[in-house]
Amino acid sequence: MRRFSLGTLVMEALAGHKGWERQWRSPEPKAAYDVVIVGGGGHGLATAYYLAKEHGITNVAVLEKGWIGGGNTGRNTTIIRSNYLQDESAAIYEHAVRLWEGLSRELNYNVMFSQRGVMMLAHNEHDVRSLKRHVYANRLYGIDNEWLSAAEAKAFCPPLNIAPDIRYPVIGAALQRRGGVARHDAVAWGYARGADARGVDIIENCEVTGFRRGPDGAIAGVETTRGDIATPRVGVVAAGHSSVVMARAGLRMPLESFPLQALVSEPVKPVFPCVVMSNTVHAYISQSDKGELVIGAGTDQYVSYSQQGGLHIATHTLEAICELFPQFSRMRMLRSWGGIVDVTPDRSPIIGATPIPGLYVNCGWGTGGFKATPGSGHVFAHTIAKGEPHAINAPFSLDRFRTGHLIDEAAAAAVAH
Amino acid sequence: MLLIACPHCGERPEIEFRCGGEAHIARPADPGAIDDAAWAGFLFYRTNPKGVHAERWLHAHGCGRWFNALRDTVSDRMLATYAMGAPRPEVPSPLVGVPSPLAGEGQGGGKPPTAIVGSPPTPNPSPQGGGESP
Amino acid sequence: MRFDGRPIEAYAGDTAASALLAGGIHHVARSFKYHRPRGILSHGSEEPNALLTVDRGGGRIEPNSRATCIEAVDGLALASQNHWPSLGFDLGAVNGLLSPLFAAGFYYKTFMWPRAFWERLYEPAIRRMAGLGRAPAAPDPDRYQHRHAHCDVLVIGAGPAGLAAALAASESGARVMLADEQAEMGGALLHDVTSTIDGKAAWDWLAEVIAELGRRGNVTLLSRTTAFGYYNHNHVGLAQRLTDHLSAPHADLPRERLWQVRAREVVLATGAHERPLVFAGNDRPGIMLADSLRAYVNRYGVAPGRRAVIATTGASAYMAAADLKAAGLEVTLVDVRPESECGEDMDALRSVGCAVLAGHTVLGSRGGKRVAGLLVAPTDADLSASPRLLDCDCVGVSGGWTPAVHLFSQSRGRLAFDGELDAFVPGASVQAERSAGACRGTYRLATCLEEGWAAGAAAAGGRGERSFAASATRVGFRPTRILPGCEGSGRGRAFVDLQNDVTAKDIGLAVREGFRAIEHVKRYTTTGMATDQGKTSNMTALGLAAAALDKPVAAVGTTTFRPPYTPVTFGALAGPSRGRLFDPVRTTPIHDWAAAHGAVFEDVGLWKRARYFPRSGEDMHAAVARECRAVRAGVGIFDASTLGKIEVVGRDAAEFLDRIYVNSFARLASSRCRYGLMLREDGYILDDGVVARLAADRFHVTTTTGGAGRVLQHMEDYLQTEWPQLEVYLTSITEQLAVIALQGPSARELLAPLVEGIDLGGAELPHMGVCEGAVCGIPCRLFRVSFTGEAGFELNVAADYGQGVWEALVERGAALGITPYGTEAMHVLRAEKGFIIVGQETDGTVTPDDVGLGGLIGKAKGDFVGKRSLQRPDLVSPRRRQLVGLLTHDAQTVLEEGAQIVADPAQPRPKHMLGHVTSSYWSTACGRPIALALVEAGRAMFGKTLFATTTAGFIDVGVCAPVFYDAKGERVHG
Repeated sequence: MRRFSLGTLVMEALAGHKGWERQWRSPEPKAAYDVVIVGGGGHGLATAYYLAKEHGITNVAVLEKGWIGGGNTGRNTTIIRSNYLQDESAAIYEHAVRLWEGLSRELNYNVMFSQRGVMMLAHNEHDVRSLKRHVYANRLYGIDNEWLSAAEAKAFCPPLNIAPDIRYPVIGAALQRRGGVARHDAVAWGYARGADARGVDIIENCEVTGFRRGPDGAIAGVETTRGDIATPRVGVVAAGHSSVVMARAGLRMPLESFPLQALVSEPVKPVFPCVVMSNTVHAYISQSDKGELVIGAGTDQYVSYSQQGGLHIATHTLEAICELFPQFSRMRMLRSWGGIVDVTPDRSPIIGATPIPGLYVNCGWGTGGFKATPGSGHVFAHTIAKGEPHAINAPFSLDRFRTGHLIDEAAAAAVAH
Repeated sequence: MLLIACPHCGERPEIEFRCGGEAHIARPADPGAIDDAAWAGFLFYRTNPKGVHAERWLHAHGCGRWFNALRDTVSDRMLATYAMGAPRPEVPSPLVGVPSPLAGEGQGGGKPPTAIVGSPPTPNPSPQGGGESP
Repeated sequence: MRFDGRPIEAYAGDTAASALLAGGIHHVARSFKYHRPRGILSHGSEEPNALLTVDRGGGRIEPNSRATCIEAVDGLALASQNHWPSLGFDLGAVNGLLSPLFAAGFYYKTFMWPRAFWERLYEPAIRRMAGLGRAPAAPDPDRYQHRHAHCDVLVIGAGPAGLAAALAASESGARVMLADEQAEMGGALLHDVTSTIDGKAAWDWLAEVIAELGRRGNVTLLSRTTAFGYYNHNHVGLAQRLTDHLSAPHADLPRERLWQVRAREVVLATGAHERPLVFAGNDRPGIMLADSLRAYVNRYGVAPGRRAVIATTGASAYMAAADLKAAGLEVTLVDVRPESECGEDMDALRSVGCAVLAGHTVLGSRGGKRVAGLLVAPTDADLSASPRLLDCDCVGVSGGWTPAVHLFSQSRGRLAFDGELDAFVPGASVQAERSAGACRGTYRLATCLEEGWAAGAAAAGGRGERSFAASATRVGFRPTRILPGCEGSGRGRAFVDLQNDVTAKDIGLAVREGFRAIEHVKRYTTTGMATDQGKTSNMTALGLAAAALDKPVAAVGTTTFRPPYTPVTFGALAGPSRGRLFDPVRTTPIHDWAAAHGAVFEDVGLWKRARYFPRSGEDMHAAVARECRAVRAGVGIFDASTLGKIEVVGRDAAEFLDRIYVNSFARLASSRCRYGLMLREDGYILDDGVVARLAADRFHVTTTTGGAGRVLQHMEDYLQTEWPQLEVYLTSITEQLAVIALQGPSARELLAPLVEGIDLGGAELPHMGVCEGAVCGIPCRLFRVSFTGEAGFELNVAADYGQGVWEALVERGAALGITPYGTEAMHVLRAEKGFIIVGQETDGTVTPDDVGLGGLIGKAKGDFVGKRSLQRPDLVSPRRRQLVGLLTHDAQTVLEEGAQIVADPAQPRPKHMLGHVTSSYWSTACGRPIALALVEAGRAMFGKTLFATTTAGFIDVGVCAPVFYDAKGERVHG
């Protein structure tokens, strides 16, 4: 792999950029692999990368039915934070944030992780109680989170409207300064390049259509649109399509897939310094390095694979944006889009083994998967390599739906955005 | 925003309705008699299909009645709505990528009116009635 | 109008672009990345270059507005953007010199060392360079409107096809809406001075048709209205601009209106976009689309120059050349196609005195901030040999046409690639729509009209065909990605996406680096992602990528078209839901009294609830302490009207409630109440309240304030879908009744003289009794219940009488020191008694046993909702968190709600958290702070010391039973 650096960039610039290599190859699938990852999004590619790097398992294929990073990796609002309430969630998201902090250099690919702070607003006494519960829990865990008055929130985010006479005034906020945003596409490409350089085959336009089982019932391979592939271990990381893929293995999942919308404004000069989230009025906003205001909207209420939601979801979100930031009313929506988010009953992911030996699953990230990408891939690679979960993902088992040991982040009224 | 044909009120915009998730998940007659895994199956496990989905809707800002619908989760087209308790109607499976017979080459409209199946007024006692998603 | 401070003359009907061009101004902008001088490319909403900041005064500032869409108005201040210090001299242009470094994706390859520099140095610098205009700083003074509409046929686009469609559709009486984004309807006919339709000049035909449509009562004409989004089930979003074109709009007019149209059928007649040509230096100001040159000359009466060169790969530009020549410009036409392909168009043009160079390519442009010449050479010669310089002061380019299939694609119709047209056209429909005219690749005028007519008639449910006689249209072009001779390096940059400064080389680089999907190429190079969303450039980018991949265009496919078609203001989308209208406000029947008596309100869901009633000089702490004392010592009055109330009536009402609640109600006597707890099916507490049996078949149940809707829906769900055989009727009576709580030892004394037909003396209305009678002469459902631990009553009277009864009680109670109290005192009083609040002590993960209410579960009961889940392993774990009381050892510190609890504060992080504080108050009755908490196995820890977090660190707390006052519960019996 040719390293990226200012030096190579200058040399290539002088040579007309003729010498750059493919960032990842486009190989034909082999007949057999040690591990097959189904799904070439950020989580799947990260899994393959860490399998190769941390566990020395390089005979790995990532099968992607479309183009890598084309699902939720490329469709989210890129918010990264770890200020989750439950210990189990805090552990995995903080694991991810720590990996994010070194990711550009780890991958030799600038993923533009920008720790500009994530601020969550309180609009009523219930919000205050809930956010303070988060602040205290996070601090004991070792995650930064601090309580701000409305005036302090305004100082941190000057566009914020803290007028006391609006319908739901801002009365305080919780701030995680280490939270931020990253460049979503670069995460997929960076992991792809890193995995490819270690021998992983990334195979696009290859859909898994079925699973092969051995006489003992264990996984023996997958059937794909590009032929059969033998493998003893399969990791399914198919996000919104997890139920569809798992159904091909005969498994039903505790998942529902909903459309989730987001939108951006036209680009403007820097005006918004951080990430602001309000679960009460449903507003999620930051500004990209390109200058677009990036705004998350809600999910539609019905199961859908259409990657398209209703107009009323976007208008509802923009009502809240204009209420909190009335100066943005004359800004314009440039582009809106939808993703398919797979949601579990407790809004927490499933990462681990399945009833079929050799088949592992990583799904159910709902509206909050992007931020977990490095951590998710890291512990899922461990799970596949060792045949047992990493301590961090052990609680995120399928079995918790039987025992009732749910990890309910909605508990303190925090939507996992 | 979907246009949904309430079996009791006719076509209304989606904002009048609340979706109640997958239909035809019968609540076990004797929950105490089944094991934890089976109970979890009832509580949490869903078909979540890419294709025809039988789902429950409540006409919350209308007649207040629950009913069932069949919808294609790929195109979001409503295929049928039917009263709670009525059996799931047969509908032709909408194959992904194949348009409706009414559609032409950019020359003809796709969506047929939603079929309303089943008799509206009386809810029919039936274990097929529906289920609760928490 | 002014532009960068200079006055600009404009006429009615002008756009900013036409006025600037009339003033001889071509250089109006700087590009996104290289800050190159840019001019006006087009005359429509597809404009990528000419983005201006508009200041309409009074804080009405809009960045990134397309000069081609800004209607000229008196007093408008226009400013160029993205430069420093000025448009003419922009230091940012140094980026152009460094452009070899700034190739596609360069930022992914550097700025990684040292790590801290990304956020401190590189990113801020990149952010400052990026963006275009500046966001407005002041709140928007304008207002916006929403409107919902239904129609039989929505026609989008009022060019020839759309007009014909609207005519045909409306003939049968169908309700027709016709929307067009421009100020005037007519589309391409607006700049067509030579065509005839049915023997009439195109402009005359247009005027007659618009007048005819205007006369038809079943037609709604919407100009300045952009159909921006095509959603599910023929739900189409339209953005209508109402005041921006007025110099002094009436103050009552909304600025914009969002239409949400549900159309039975949609006819798409959205036209096509002309493609620019890709050659070295193709971005110089003065280089415009050929058809736009024609539009400026014919429609606006503006000559963008005197000496024009038209460079084309197709026939339509010959019409532009002829019109320019007819208007008196000097015209030379350069056609990439060999003479043999140009046919009679060429001869016709030559015959009017234009020079035509067929078989020629363009190798570059000359000039500074405005084009001064074009380098051309024959395509069949050695291209580097002897290019010829054509002097000119404006250039029209035409690389063919791209149908505007955006809305069709948004409707999820499948696009099909038509090699003949070199474009994607509508394929199979998914929704009830049809396309007509140029948006499906039909470019001949007569055919557009005929298609439009047929589509309109069919959409209205008929079958109609009509032929139109129209003059011939010159059509056909040779698909060309990059002009011959410009492929290699050395000639300068050939731009594909003008706004984002994406060059043909960038696309080649992306493909070389392994970005093989068109979405990857788009995202890596950012082509098509600027504010124009690549309307003029996407096909060229796609073609270049396909060539680099050595695949046919059809196999590469296109990127997804997403709403909106053109940018839509946030204000229009948000509409009137601002300020007080952001969310409805719910107030109780007693709200006005509370407001008049100085209550401080809090938001609880949509409700405004009185939180406390401060007297002058009192802060919240003092007011709440006084209110609490009054209840414990005398009598307090509290507005509980927000509580949800449901009547459960019918033969099987008791059976139904037995299945919904954990408690048993079958044996609850009439005129008696019981505290009820209900679970979700997963075993966690959903809500609580009082269940009162009024008669054998009639119950009055209360819910929490926030849970009212949820509980009714939960009950209806089970009733309708699981147990439809039960004869039960559920009726919400929340809004019908005002609820007044009288609590305290003097409550009975106050109430006794005011009731009729009720004996408050004991046996008839004991604690947890209910009866019906009258209070102050008003029919009343009287509960003897207590959420404070004191003897108390809750009066339910018809909502309209609520405030009257309240005022009477306050008046009569004055002698007893009656004190209104708010939610804060209510919280303190109930916490002193250890009563939970659902949503505060519980959070959706709490079981009855967790909060010490396991005993409520009817032991002999059959199944109820949630029962089975309570047996799951985790719900019977000994490590579950249980409700306890906490007392700070210093007896002074009020814990923070949300504070976490640990056994050992010195342990390393992550510290093991045992639980958290759910409620915490200063208790006047106890003379010390009290708190409730959920603590792991907490009921076994009474008497032990734990530690709770504070803003300063930790404080030691003692664990105790969660009841702090009148533990035996004697006071309720008065």
